[in-house]
Formats: sequence, C-alpha cells, structure tokens
Amino acid sequence: MRIQKEDVEKIAKLAKLQFSEDEIEKFRGHLEEILTYVNKLNELNTDGVEPTYYVQHAGDVMREDRVKPSLPREEALKNAPAQDKGFFRVPKVIDQT
Amino acid sequence: MGKETTYETVIGLEVHAQLLIRSKIFCGCSTQFGADPNTQTCPVCLGLPGALPVLNRKAVEYAIRMALAVHCQVHTRSIFARKNYFYPDLPKGYQISQYEEPLAENGQVIIMPEEGKRKTIRIKRIHLEEDAGKSVHAEEYVTENESFIDLNRCGVPLIEIVSEPDMRSPFEAYLYLTKLRQLLRWLNICDGNMDEGSLRCDANISHRIQGSRQLGVKTELKNMNSFRGVEKALQFEVERQRKVLESGGKIEQETLLWDEKKGIAVPMREKEEAHDYRYFPDPDLIPLTLDRKWIDTILQSQPEMIEPRKERWMRDYGLPEYDCSVLTEDREIADYFETVVEKVRDPKQASNWVMGEVLRILKEEKIKIGQLKISPIQLVEIIKMVDDGRITRAAGKRVFNEVVLSSLEPRQIVEKLGLVQVSDREEIERIVLDVIQHHPNEVEKYRNGGERLFGFFVGQIMKATQGKADPKLVNEILREKLVGQKNPC
Repeated sequence: MRIQKEDVEKIAKLAKLQFSEDEIEKFRGHLEEILTYVNKLNELNTDGVEPTYYVQHAGDVMREDRVKPSLPREEALKNAPAQDKGFFRVPKVIDQT
Repeated sequence: MGKETTYETVIGLEVHAQLLIRSKIFCGCSTQFGADPNTQTCPVCLGLPGALPVLNRKAVEYAIRMALAVHCQVHTRSIFARKNYFYPDLPKGYQISQYEEPLAENGQVIIMPEEGKRKTIRIKRIHLEEDAGKSVHAEEYVTENESFIDLNRCGVPLIEIVSEPDMRSPFEAYLYLTKLRQLLRWLNICDGNMDEGSLRCDANISHRIQGSRQLGVKTELKNMNSFRGVEKALQFEVERQRKVLESGGKIEQETLLWDEKKGIAVPMREKEEAHDYRYFPDPDLIPLTLDRKWIDTILQSQPEMIEPRKERWMRDYGLPEYDCSVLTEDREIADYFETVVEKVRDPKQASNWVMGEVLRILKEEKIKIGQLKISPIQLVEIIKMVDDGRITRAAGKRVFNEVVLSSLEPRQIVEKLGLVQVSDREEIERIVLDVIQHHPNEVEKYRNGGERLFGFFVGQIMKATQGKADPKLVNEILREKLVGQKNPC
C-alpha cells in the first residue's frame, strides 16, 4: 500500500505536529509498512460479516443520573501551565465557534 | 433572454438541545448552570489519561422521548464516535458524538406557515453527544493574547436534531425551531432557553433554480442566539445569496457568524482542514444496545402530546382550534386549563378566563404559571360565582386580580369588597331612573337616533353600582325606561 509524502504531511498537520523532511520520509515508510501489514486482512472474504468495532459484548452498561462530587478546583487546575481567577489560561482563541 | 430565473430558498437546521438532567452524559459531575468556573469537572470530562466514560441512562431516555415525539425510528443499536478537532475548550481533543449509526432517524414535525396550511418538515436524525467547555470573552478576563477557559460545560448532555432541507423561507425555519422548542419543553427534557445556550441552532442555506431538484451550494450560519435572531440572520443571508445569484455570481461554500448587534453575517476565518473530523467509533464506549421493551415503556409513559390534546379539547369541549393552540403552547398552562375546564359548566368560559386573565398576568408579571398566585381551583370558584349570577363578570375580574395580590380566597374578597351582584329589579330601576334624570342632554340625543349612547348609560349605571349591577337586568330596564320616556305624555 503506497503512502505519499503529502499524506504524512496532512496527518501531521491535523495532529498539529511538525516534522523535518527526514522524519517525514521515515514516517512515510512506517505508515506504509503498517498499512501493508494490515492490508493482509483484505485477502479474507468478509462478505456478509458484520464489521467488528468492539470485541466485548457487555449489553447494558449505563449509569443512573446521579451527581458525584467533582474534583476540587485546585486539583482540576493543577496541571495547567497557566491559570488565573479559577480559569485555565490559554493562548488567544480567535474564532468564536 | 427568456423569462427571468426565479430562485427557491432551501434551509435546513441543526438544533442542539441541552437535556435537563442532573449529571453529565459520561460522568457524575453536576450540570448546574452558573457555577463557579471549573468547579464541576473530573478526570472523565477533563480528558485525563485513563479516565473512562460511562453513559447516563437518563440522557438516553430523554433522547428517545424526543425521537418518539417527532415520530423517528429509534434504533436498538447505535454507536458513539469521536469527532476529532483541536480547540482549547475541548480537552480530550475530540467530542464524543454519534456519526454513522445515530440513535434515531426519519422523523417529522408539522408547522403551519399559513392559517389552515400544514407543512411537514422531515427530521433526518437525532443523536446524543457531549457539549464542549466555554471560552470566556468577558472583558475583565480577556487580555490581548490570552483567553480564559471554563470546563464546567464539558460533557453536558446534548441531543442534536438534524432536519432535512425542507424549509423554504426564514419564517418556516423560525416556525420549525419554535415547534421543536415547544416539544422539548412539553416533554420537560430541555428548558429551551436560547439566551442561556440550552437551545442552539445552526442553519444551512442555499438556493436553486425553481423547479430544480438539485441543491445549490450552501453556506452555514452560526451564532444565532434568539428565536427572532435566527429569522433575521436567515433573512440577511437569503438576501445576500439572492443578490449574488441574480447578478450572475456564484455562492462560495463557507461558514458565517451572525453578529446580532450589527445585524450582519460575517465569514468565519478557518483553515480548510478544520472540517476533517476523522470520525471513528469510540473504543471507550461499546455500541448502545437498547431493549425494545424499554423503548415501549418510554412510549407508554410519554405525556399526552400536543396535537392529540388539542384534538381532544376541540372534540370534547367544542373549543375553537385557535383557543386550543394558544392553551397548548406550554404544557403547564395546558394542565392548568385542564383542571379548570373539567370543573366548570361552559368550557368556552374556562378558555376565555385562562387565555384572557391568566395569560395576561403571566405576561405582565413575566412569571411562569407555577409562580402564579391563583390556583386553578380558585379560578373555578370565580367562574362559578359569575356563572351563578352571584357576581358580575367585571367584578369577577376584580376578584381575580385581588386574589393575585392578596392571596385571600375569592369568596372572602367578594364579601370584603361587597361585590355581590345587584340583581334586585327595584333597586336597579331606581338607579336607572336616577342616571336618566341626571343626563337630560344625552337622553335627548338618544331619542333623536343617538343609539350609540346606550353604552354611555350602561357605563354610568355600572359606575354608580361599582360594576355590581346584573348587566342583563340593566340592559332590559334601561331600554324600557329610555323608550318609555320617549312619549311621556
């Protein structure tokens, strides 16, 4: 299975990652290997077989609508690189979606 | 050139409704609105490594309620998917939503764009998803290159209701949205407040040549936060697109943000990749498998819905459709009315009192019917007193207002204010004659064809009796005396 340089660049961009040319080539090779490996499954005839997203069959696993204590705010904010007045502080958000 | 090309407007809406449940969709954090920032979070909704989501049963139940109310097919199997994008209010880097196999599909609601004209708007799908956090833009917090983030709203349960592109005007879109709100409130699963964001709406707008079946290029309109705002924003965008098309231009596919204050929609700056969400089934959540029996139980426990209730009232109480529509706009009002109408002789009287006095007070005081200081039973008492001729209708209205103000019982107020109707023939005759004697000029005019002055005399008599005189007797005696005196000799 052929992976193009552009594919790697696109995936990197969506993941907000930056790579050098060497790295891109390296990952291109990795991705190609992985996909070629997984592609072996295509040799099987899966006509009429339901896609398997999950291997467990747990049935009903819902919880009741009960409020449980949340984390204390200090805990919630503990790992934040920046915080102020109880908020997380982040670089300016431009689009207000 | 032949005849001018006419364009048809095509609108579809995506509506997000926040479900009225206590805890979040995948964790036990509270959903209470207005809490201090970041006080309602936990490892699950903060997206901390290793934390696992567990679905809230009530969220599923409420989604099913709405799906059934709009005649959707509820699937016994649906799948949660990850919608991947980066944004500071989305700590996991993905939103848990439903994509390929949603909870429910293929429903419909009926709107009435014109008196007597019904139109079906099809619903494509209803699915469950979690809300994102909030970027705070209040001036006191925002500095030049920083934003503040509150993650309390992360994981708050939402349903998304997606319509088919069946609306042909901004007004139809407004009616559809209003209808959804009415249904959500009727089911008591969402409070429907657009200004607090518990009901949100995005619109897809396009135009096509009249008669064509193919859809034109659409734009997406966001950030509309009131019902009228939605209609105004859509009108703006429809106008803009029509102008572009009529001058031979092409519509660019883009997302626009409505600016309520300026009354314009501006293109949102975004990168092309922003729409590549790379949905895939969420490995943390197994497929949602529903027991048919549970769905049936929910169906059985649905409240009597709006249309059936209206039809029942029209049939059993002989009420006009208009009255039934007004009285079913809100379920609590409908319930209030139902209690009243069951206990009075004339259903139309009940509807007049509720539509007139009750709705007036709610509007004037800006309160909900639950806060109204007059119970349906007290209103029934007033209506009965009017019905029995114990007090006049005018006095009844006074009693109504006094009950609201004083929280005394209607009977006590009637006694306290001496409102018992004067229906003694002799006493009314005396007052009528007295009024006639004091207004010789008006009597003269009346005799010379001034029929309209009759009302003036009635007014004077009512004034003299503080509205307590039996109107029927007043009319009868007054007519008799005015005519009787026409030829005194």
